[in-house]
Amino acid sequence: MRQSYGKTLVELGNENPDIVVLDADLSRSTMTQLFAGEFPNRFFDCGIAEQNMVGIAAGLAASGKIPFASTFAVFAPGRCFDQIRMSIAQPKLNVKLVTTHGGISVGEDGTSHHSIEDLSLICSLPGFTVIVPADAIETAQAVRVAATSYGPFYVRLCRPKVPLVYDQDYRFNLGKAVTMRQGKDVTIIAMGLMVSAALEAADDLMREDIDCHILNISTLKPIDKVAIISAAAETGAIVTAEEHLEHGGLGSIIAQVIARHYPVPIEFVAIKDTYAQSGESAELLQRYGLTAKDIKQAVRSVIKRKGG
Amino acid sequence: MSLPKLGNSSSTTSADNVKAEVFSSLSIKEMEEIAKRLRRHIITMTGKAGSGHPGGSLSAVEIVTVVYCRLLRHKPSDPQWSDRDRFVLSKGHAAPLLYAALAECGYFPVDELLTLRQMDSRLQGHTDRAVTPGVEMSAGALGQGLSFTIGITLAGRLNSQDYRAYVLLGDGECDEGQIWEGAMAAAHFKVDNLTAIVDNNRQQIDGWNRDVMNLDPFNSKWLAFGWHVIEVDGHDFTQLIDAFNQAKMVKGQPTVIIAHTIKGKGVSFMENNPYFHGKAPNAEEVEIALKELE
Repeated sequence: MRQSYGKTLVELGNENPDIVVLDADLSRSTMTQLFAGEFPNRFFDCGIAEQNMVGIAAGLAASGKIPFASTFAVFAPGRCFDQIRMSIAQPKLNVKLVTTHGGISVGEDGTSHHSIEDLSLICSLPGFTVIVPADAIETAQAVRVAATSYGPFYVRLCRPKVPLVYDQDYRFNLGKAVTMRQGKDVTIIAMGLMVSAALEAADDLMREDIDCHILNISTLKPIDKVAIISAAAETGAIVTAEEHLEHGGLGSIIAQVIARHYPVPIEFVAIKDTYAQSGESAELLQRYGLTAKDIKQAVRSVIKRKGG
Repeated sequence: MSLPKLGNSSSTTSADNVKAEVFSSLSIKEMEEIAKRLRRHIITMTGKAGSGHPGGSLSAVEIVTVVYCRLLRHKPSDPQWSDRDRFVLSKGHAAPLLYAALAECGYFPVDELLTLRQMDSRLQGHTDRAVTPGVEMSAGALGQGLSFTIGITLAGRLNSQDYRAYVLLGDGECDEGQIWEGAMAAAHFKVDNLTAIVDNNRQQIDGWNRDVMNLDPFNSKWLAFGWHVIEVDGHDFTQLIDAFNQAKMVKGQPTVIIAHTIKGKGVSFMENNPYFHGKAPNAEEVEIALKELE
C-alpha cells in the first residue's frame, strides 16, 4: 500500500505541478521519499512537528496548491487534531492527509504506535472525506481521486503488505461500496485489511452452507447508505469488520444507518475497549480478534439472532 | 509603499482603483484619523454585540492601519486575487479590528460591522475565511497562523509570485508550542517573504504575561530561532513603517517585528486592563469610550 502511495504521488507530481508533499520526518516509512527524490522543490520535510505540518499544508491549499501531508495514522489526527479541525476542516481547505501505519498491524512498535482511534476522530469532522483502501491497487486509485476531488481528504493505509483483492482493471468509485461477493444469508461489511479476511471467511462459511454477501466500504465517509440498506434488506443480517476500536469507527457508522433505515441484527468485529501490545502483526490481529476466524464466529452468531 | 497592480484584472472597478490609491498615499496625520475610526468601530461593534475582545483589538490598531493603508497590495473587489499580499490574523479574537479595517477598505459595507456575532452575520465571533471577504484564515484557537502563513509564502515561492505575507501574532499566543515549530520552520525554509508582527501588549486573559507564563527573553528567542528581529513602539506609525520597509530588505530569513503596545490603547479605562481582554463595554462604557475617541 505504502509503495503504491509513493509511486502514485510521483505520477501525480508529473501530471500536475500544483501537487506538493509534506512529511514529518517519516518519509522513508510513508514512502513520500519517492516524491521527494523526483521533486525536491515541491517536498517539505517539516521535521517532527505535525501541528506545523498541518498548518503549512493548509496555507499551501489556501494559495492554490494541492498538498499531500503524510505521517503515521497515530500522529495525524492524534497529534494535531485541532490544527486539522480549525485550519483545514472548518474552512474546507483542499488538503489531503494520507497516513500510514493505521491499526494494530503496525506490530512490534506497540501501543504508542497503534492507531485505533484515528477514524473516530477524523470522521467526527464535518466535511472530511475518509477512505480506507483494501489493497495496493485501491490505494493508487483512491489517492488519484483524492488529488482530483476538491476538499479535505483522509486516506488511511496500513504498514504490512496485504493480499490484493482487486485486479488492475479496478476503478475506485468515491462514495460507493463495492460488492466483492454476492450472497444471500448475511452481509459482511469490511474495510482495509479486513476485506481479505472477510473473503477468506466467506469461502470457509460456504462449507457450512452460509452464503455471505461482502461489501468493501472503502469510502467510510460519506458512507454509501444505499448499498448498506439494500444489503440489510436482501440478507437480513450484518457483520462489520475493521482494524479500529469498536467505538466510533465503521461499526458505529453502519449501526446508525441500519438503526434508522432498516433495523436488522448486527455483530461487530473490531478492537474492544482496550489497547494492544507489542507483537508480530499476525499475532496481534489474532489476539485482538481481527481474523477470518473472528468474522466467521460473528457471522454464525448474527445468523442465530436473525433466526429469532 | 506598493500600489495595487490593477491593469490585468477584469473584475477591477475604478472605485477600487481610487480607494487603493487614496489609502496607499495616506499621510501619518490621515492614518491617525483612520486609527481613531477603527477604534470607534471596535467599541461600537463589541458594545452592540455585547461580547467580543476589545483589549487585544485596540492594542493592534496602528499595526493594522499601517498594514492596510501603506503596505498591502490588494483589491477589495477581488479578495481572491492571486497576486495579492496576504495579511493573516493569527490572534483571531482581534476579529473586530480586522473587520473594521476590511470594511474601511471596501470589502463590505461599514454598516455591516454592527452585525458582529449575530446569527447569519458574515462577521463571526472569530475569523472565518469561508464567509468573510478579505479574511485569509479561519482562526480563534491560538498558535496556528504562523504555520498557515509559511504555507502561503512557500506557495508564492513555488509559483514565482512576488507577493508578501504578514501574520499578526499575540504575545500571549506565543505560549503555544506550534508558534515555535513554525518559527523553526520559517527560518529553515528561509521564507524571507514572510513578516510576523507580535502585538506585544504584555497581557493575557489571566493577567500580565510575566506572571502567567513568562516569555522573556522574548527578543532572544526569535533571534535564536534564526529570525531577523526588529523592536518598535507599536503605536508609532513612523517606527512601524520603517520596520516594515526594513523587513522587505532582509533576504534569506524571516523577520519578526516585536511591536510594544498597550492593551486597550486609546480608551483610558481599558488600557493595561486585562478585564477587557474578552469583555465588551456596556452602554455607559461605550459612551465614555467614544467621547474619548472623538
